[in-house]
Amino acid sequence: MQSLEQLKARLEAAVPGVRAEIVPNGSPAGQPSLLLDNGHARAAAEFLRDDAELRLDYCSNATGVDWPETTVKEKVKVKKVVDGAEKEVEEVRERKRGGYLEAVYHLYSMARKEGPVIIRLRTENRGDRVALPSLTPVWRSCEFQEREIFDLYGVVFQGHPDLRRILMWPEFRDYPMRKDYVEPDDYEYEPTPHDEVLERARRHYAGGPAA
Amino acid sequence: MNGVGIIKGLIETARNLAGSYHDKERLTTVRYPEETLPPVENARTIPFLVYDGGDAAAGLRCTACTICEKECPPQCIYIVKDMAKKPDYLGKMQLHPKVFDIDISVCMSCGICVEVCPFDAIKMDQVFELSTDDRFGGLLWGIKQLAKPNDYFQKLHRTEASEIDARREEDKSKSQAAAAAKAAGPAPAAKPPPSANKGAAA
Amino acid sequence: MTTLQSQSAAEEAAGGHQLLEVSMGPQHPSTHGVFRMDVALDGETVVRLKPVFGYLHRNHEKIGEKCSYLGSMPYTDRLDYICSLTNNWGYALTVEKLAGLAAPERAEYIRVILAELTRLINHSCLAGFLLQDMGAAGTPLMYAFREREKILDLFESLTGARMMCDYMRFGGCRCDLPPGWIEQARRVVARYPRFLDEFEALLTGNEIVRARTEGVGVLSAQLAVNAGITGPMLRASGVNYDIRKVDRYGVYGRMDFRVPMGERGDTFDRYMIRILEMRESLKILEQALRDLPGGPILDPKAKLRNLRPKAGEAYGRIEGPKGELGFYVISDGGPNPYRYRIRPPSLINLTILEDMCLGGTIADAVVILGSVDIVLGEVDR
Repeated sequence: MQSLEQLKARLEAAVPGVRAEIVPNGSPAGQPSLLLDNGHARAAAEFLRDDAELRLDYCSNATGVDWPETTVKEKVKVKKVVDGAEKEVEEVRERKRGGYLEAVYHLYSMARKEGPVIIRLRTENRGDRVALPSLTPVWRSCEFQEREIFDLYGVVFQGHPDLRRILMWPEFRDYPMRKDYVEPDDYEYEPTPHDEVLERARRHYAGGPAA
Repeated sequence: MNGVGIIKGLIETARNLAGSYHDKERLTTVRYPEETLPPVENARTIPFLVYDGGDAAAGLRCTACTICEKECPPQCIYIVKDMAKKPDYLGKMQLHPKVFDIDISVCMSCGICVEVCPFDAIKMDQVFELSTDDRFGGLLWGIKQLAKPNDYFQKLHRTEASEIDARREEDKSKSQAAAAAKAAGPAPAAKPPPSANKGAAA
Repeated sequence: MTTLQSQSAAEEAAGGHQLLEVSMGPQHPSTHGVFRMDVALDGETVVRLKPVFGYLHRNHEKIGEKCSYLGSMPYTDRLDYICSLTNNWGYALTVEKLAGLAAPERAEYIRVILAELTRLINHSCLAGFLLQDMGAAGTPLMYAFREREKILDLFESLTGARMMCDYMRFGGCRCDLPPGWIEQARRVVARYPRFLDEFEALLTGNEIVRARTEGVGVLSAQLAVNAGITGPMLRASGVNYDIRKVDRYGVYGRMDFRVPMGERGDTFDRYMIRILEMRESLKILEQALRDLPGGPILDPKAKLRNLRPKAGEAYGRIEGPKGELGFYVISDGGPNPYRYRIRPPSLINLTILEDMCLGGTIADAVVILGSVDIVLGEVDR
């Protein structure tokens, strides 16, 4: 099976204009992924499915991930003048990284018994620009999974045949799996409250927890 | 011939029916509550606290380290430490719990609290006839309901209890031997001054 | 306004028929859990079918973000609550990939034994419930459950619980086999073929079963692959893809077994595939019980408490009895996962439920749903 770099090269050759970036993976699992740009994602997906050498005809898993705004600390080598001589010094620089929602697809090939190839699509932000192209016309298995990502994260998939809530009821508001989701105040009796539940108990009953 | 399949199926059913009168394999009903299945050693339902000896307060093995409280997945354990220390089976002074509540309606019987306890203080019980009509406090068990003697633990999980008892005996005898060696006087090897040692061992 | 009302107005205008809309609602003996199908019928023919679920949604994935890695293990039992040990294995496999742990050989053999026993109980359950749906009034179900009880007794003497076993740990298994367990397991495996023969004599030649399942709910291989169907449903449509043979996880690479495949992809094929898979599982069990080595059951590098894998992600999958059960875990270096995702085979297998049921009668819809083999704990998580 070819490596991800070779795959990226062939993808860029076959689908003009696509921007693919390899996202490394820190764990010993060794499964790096390919970040695609939203404009050419559908074309890239069709290439991955139809190409004779890849035949990635089976989309196993479509996941949504929430990455809120955060500051990233990076170690950067900077040329600085130290004690009169120019040296390379490691400096810790903080960079603000905007928040986005991500959809990760795991692709396998049933015809060639190979895989996985992991592709990622990112939205622009977590507020209003949360649209992503739907890959359901390419792999039908994404149908329910993209509905679930819409339901729990709020990502709008353009081109999905039937985008509506799947696990929560249709009148539900808000998106439960986001990191900043606030649960409604439906506190009931809790005999052994800990941490947040204890806080909620105290807020709910002005005089203190029930237990 | 059409219908042969159904007749063959009916023969199977008849065989099962007739067989259930004389073959134990075919009649597997246990008429609970008059008959009960024999208890299985490893079975687990809800946790209980082990105490040595006869007195639940003095012999309780739990030292309120709250590791089980932190590791419990549904967070059904609630511990309040009692700051007055008590000696444990080795003579070391340990904390003990003032309040140890388990909400057994939430408990998942996963046994993680048992796995992570460093003091063999909490073990899995096998009782399942736990229903009560008190909706709010009936299934919230405190130390009084949870503490059970070591003999009970022996009856339930013979292998494990015997191992733990053997290990605790060994630890006890080792620590007693070490204390006796200290009190009898220092050996003439590298050591702190004798007067300071005798004072500490007393 | 239901999802069907706005569409049916258009259909009425177009076809001139009046469609009957039935909600085969969450409480129904044949829906295998709290599962609803909004069916639009023209007479008895199914014109449109939309599955609705979410009644058992407990948001496992959010609970997984709050618990530690070990704390999520008992929750995986409750996903597909019939096959708790394979769920445990899937999760343990993924975290082992993430943290770089490896289970010793004895643990791998024990895992294979328990996974194949789980496959036996799952397929027994399916065969019993499918025949119950067809109207067999519980007798084959109780025969299947009688055999299942023997295996549940094995689980209880090993793990402590019949269904919610919580037995696998990262890097091995929780505790070792008690004395006498292997002999008991060998006895169960030796008696099982007799049950399978009786079951087949009872049902496979039965004309009613044949008439109700042959040709019903045909699924083409191409649609199955594109829709991400896995497990016995996929193999019944003629696609040779069994993750035990493809990924060779655990010690499946050393086991000698065949993968049964169907030809037509109808309900009868799906039912027969499961019976044949049970026979292959028995073969694997005999081999594993014979070759079980001694040794430790836990990786010495494994930590019980406070496991903090390096930041990264891993996707691990196993061939569960229902299909490909995958876990996707993203770690940020802390004690809790950053993202914990379960790839549920039952949910994905439901994607083409409508395609299979269109054109058939509503009675066929019940039988087709039974052959898809869903467990709502997994669909909804």
